[in-house]
Amino acid sequence: MIETSPQISATPSQDRPVNSMLTVRDLIKTIDGQEILRGVDLEVAHGETLAIIGRSGGGKSVLLKHLVGLMQPDAGEIWIEGQNITGLNERQLSAIRQKIGILFQGAALFDSMTVAENIAFPLREAGERDPNVLRENVRQMLDVVELEGQEEKMPVSLSGGMKKRVGLARSIIRRPKCVLYDEPTSGLDPVVADSINRLIRRLQKRLGMTSIVVTHDMKSAFDVANHIAYLHEGRIYFYGTPIQFQQTSDPILEDFLLGRSTEEREDKVET
Amino acid sequence: MMARLFNALGGTFLAFFQYLGEVVLLAADTFRSIFTHKLRWKLFLDQIVEIGLLSQLVVVITGGFTGAVFSAQTFFQFNKIGMGSATGAVVSVAICRELGPVLTALMVAGRVGAAMSAEIGTMKVTEQIDALRALAVYPTDYLVVPRALAMMVSMPLLVAECIAVGIAAGYFIAIFMLEINGTYYMANMVRWTRNRDIIMGLSKAFCFGILIVFISCQKGLSAREGAVGVGRATTEAVVNSSLAVLICNFFLTMLLNIIYPAGYQ
Repeated sequence: MIETSPQISATPSQDRPVNSMLTVRDLIKTIDGQEILRGVDLEVAHGETLAIIGRSGGGKSVLLKHLVGLMQPDAGEIWIEGQNITGLNERQLSAIRQKIGILFQGAALFDSMTVAENIAFPLREAGERDPNVLRENVRQMLDVVELEGQEEKMPVSLSGGMKKRVGLARSIIRRPKCVLYDEPTSGLDPVVADSINRLIRRLQKRLGMTSIVVTHDMKSAFDVANHIAYLHEGRIYFYGTPIQFQQTSDPILEDFLLGRSTEEREDKVET
Repeated sequence: MMARLFNALGGTFLAFFQYLGEVVLLAADTFRSIFTHKLRWKLFLDQIVEIGLLSQLVVVITGGFTGAVFSAQTFFQFNKIGMGSATGAVVSVAICRELGPVLTALMVAGRVGAAMSAEIGTMKVTEQIDALRALAVYPTDYLVVPRALAMMVSMPLLVAECIAVGIAAGYFIAIFMLEINGTYYMANMVRWTRNRDIIMGLSKAFCFGILIVFISCQKGLSAREGAVGVGRATTEAVVNSSLAVLICNFFLTMLLNIIYPAGYQ
């Protein structure tokens, strides 16, 4: 994949990708007659943090759901650590999903369970029954997400930021190799958003996890990412480092960076 | 005009068969899972409590008052031709073969089917089912299997309870309010009620339980569009389960009557 130049679309190779954590090739998805993804190509190396940015409704969350097999593409391939997951059934995907954690936009906590039960859920489902082991793992995870002592609370009594932290703790308790974040800072105040960004960076540093962050919050993208991919009209329009993104003179990217609507740009040109 | 009419009819017809297919596929997936994967005992027992234990009051009231009113109505008619003491036999056979299983199934569809559909539907629209899948847990194993097994165990027991309460209520009304001779009442009832009547009722209960659980779970799993979608799924689960119970009851009656023929033979 070439960096900095807009309108990039890496040519899909037929080879099996061996060195990357995750590879997406020519991904196409149509939902209810609307083309959401029109040929997405992407490669994410082990241990890197990639921010996928783009306008609301541009297909970022749809792309993220494809990466863990929650949606199946109409065409294209997704490779995770050298294994093509396209077309696998739910049971075959289970093994792949143990390598990947996902933080949903609304955290998707199980509302009939306490915080501790939510966090321990993946371990319990993996067969761990010893209450001491479960308790210790939950305590460690709550320590990582800075929510010590909240074990017995129910999700309904947590704030938005706390829910996302608990969701994150649940998704990393099995130490996945890669974590996907769907809008981790949306709906949060700037201080809580910053603490979530710090958490993502800390996980990358402390546990060496690969991270893919879907967001339209530019501050968050610049804070956490090694690389930025801009999704525009169903394709990766730009791929590069945060610095390269900031230095771009492409009008579409500039509009997004400066939060400028098309009308505002046209008004400026006229004056 | 005609083309549009046929188009609409064809669309409805196809949608119905697609829906039927989805329910059957869910059932097939669930039975495969029951035989090939480990049961989550805690969830199963939780569902036994939800379906069986918490339906006690509903089932007792349904069975009791149905037995009582059926006993009274039968007596009012039979007494005119001097057959008042045959009331017990009619009440008992009717409750065993029809009223017990059908009314219990309708009450369970309303109480349990609605709850299943609403709970699973809410999990669907709040991405909790996606979260289950992302955590490498197959939703059918986790959500449908415990409910299906609990329903298969609970429904026959609930219907047995409904039958017992219904017959007891009919007896008390007949003896203490309608002043029928208790000895004749009991003798006729025992003479005309056979084991096969009870087996027929319990067989129906098992089948109705399966219908309710798969229709309700399928509706929950296919819920869309937030709170409105969950509401719609819940309503459709109750309506479809109830209709399925009533329609299948006819065919089950005809089929089971071949195996367990009615009457004193």
